[in-house]
Amino acid sequence: MIGGRWFTAVQVGALGLALAFLTLPLVAIFVDVGPGELLSSLDDPGALDALRLSLETTAMALALIVGIGTPAAWLLATRSFPGRSVAITLVELPLVVPPAVAGIGLLAAVGPSGVLGGAVSSAGLELVFQTAGVVVALTFVASPFYIRQAQAAFGALEPSLIEASRTLGAGEARTFARIAVPNALPGLLTGAALAWGRALGEFGATLVFAGSLSGVTQTAPLAIYERFSSDFTAALALSAVLVALSAAILLGVKLAAGARVLGDARA
Amino acid sequence: MKRFATLLTMLAAALGGCGGGEDGGKPRLTVSAAQSLQGAFEDYGPRFDAATVRFSFAGSDQLAAQIRQGVRPDVYAAASTELPRRLFEEGLVEEPVELARTRLVIAVPAGSAIGGVADLAREGVELAVGAEAVPVGAYTREVLGRLPGPQRRAILANVRSEEPDVAGVVGKLTQGAAHAGFLYATDVAGASDRLRSIELAKRLRPRVTYGAAVVEGAKEPEAARAFIEGLLAGPGRGAMRRAGFSAPG
Repeated sequence: MIGGRWFTAVQVGALGLALAFLTLPLVAIFVDVGPGELLSSLDDPGALDALRLSLETTAMALALIVGIGTPAAWLLATRSFPGRSVAITLVELPLVVPPAVAGIGLLAAVGPSGVLGGAVSSAGLELVFQTAGVVVALTFVASPFYIRQAQAAFGALEPSLIEASRTLGAGEARTFARIAVPNALPGLLTGAALAWGRALGEFGATLVFAGSLSGVTQTAPLAIYERFSSDFTAALALSAVLVALSAAILLGVKLAAGARVLGDARA
Repeated sequence: MKRFATLLTMLAAALGGCGGGEDGGKPRLTVSAAQSLQGAFEDYGPRFDAATVRFSFAGSDQLAAQIRQGVRPDVYAAASTELPRRLFEEGLVEEPVELARTRLVIAVPAGSAIGGVADLAREGVELAVGAEAVPVGAYTREVLGRLPGPQRRAILANVRSEEPDVAGVVGKLTQGAAHAGFLYATDVAGASDRLRSIELAKRLRPRVTYGAAVVEGAKEPEAARAFIEGLLAGPGRGAMRRAGFSAPG
């Protein structure tokens, strides 16, 4: 009993330490910038441009990620095929690659003198120094966050649910759209939120691959870095907005997922 | 802000005194230096006997901002004399010295057909330059300010990226992403096989002087002073010369 109490104290201490460490920097941002300063910093057209660009590019990246990632994750979760574990590892690779390396890799792949650079430009696509390039960088770094989570969510579905759908004559596509996706929705939403948060915070790959130009490629994190040396208060204020946005989307998704789970329980 | 800086310093100390201290009998020196000094300083580092040196390279303005936020390297070396002077006036560094000089040039990929300032204003030429706050970007704007208005505006309209330090500009050029940019002659020399420099007309050339100072509150002020002296007269001078820097003054 005494040993148990001792271990409980260790756990509580560890959690307390982890929470303090993880929240301190975020709290500090709000301690250092008053609400008045936060609002006045939003008068800066450059900051607004950066926020707008961040919202647009992350929305486009998320649409790509969800559109392509959902069926891909369904395949990874439900079928066994040769090379499946290799495919899963490859999907996870961007998680452990440093963002700047991701940017260099994108340049080497689809940059003007990259391996596929000729094909990209003859297709009339311009990526480097363009907003489209930002979307590509965000999609690259954020995809694994969604696909992993979606795969786990599909994998956790009750097999009898899928079986029943198939037995009742629904095709694979119909089972996927009508049964799998709705039932895995909380997990899919969580994955989308994580990917969105990662994309919103992306810095290194964007800077290296797409560059930094106000209104075109300078997303909020790049604008924050630029302001760090010239106007620290503005950097803090823009950081505060990003933290608030990210927290809001995380909370929103948790609430939506929670409400859904409760709704299912009632049904 | 002060409170948090103190708190973070305490936290850092608690986590094992990661900044400075002894290393095999030698003091450990932390040097925050302009990205454009990387080649020269990494050449000098192992030749400097009085301490084991660790470098932090970034845009001079970013490093100055870190010092303002309570980061305490032992030495601060910038690609301008303006940034160290301002830190000195704020009481954050000791009196700065002039370290070296270099030239601002137009940098282009090795095979480029661009031949001078006039070509930078042509439509379709994509430029990567330093952001306004980083010295290389400030010097770039100094050059552009000396050009006739229409030419200046045409060049600015061709700017596709404002990079936080010279490494960003070098990378965009060597990857063929940008057609031209403004860099220090020493950066181009460091990437000699991939980049070519085009000298600016004398009347356009800004005065590029590097400055360095011992940071107030440095853990190793003696070694820091010796490090800077070595750059002016000791083994560091040769390293600077090999990288293409000339003596100050």
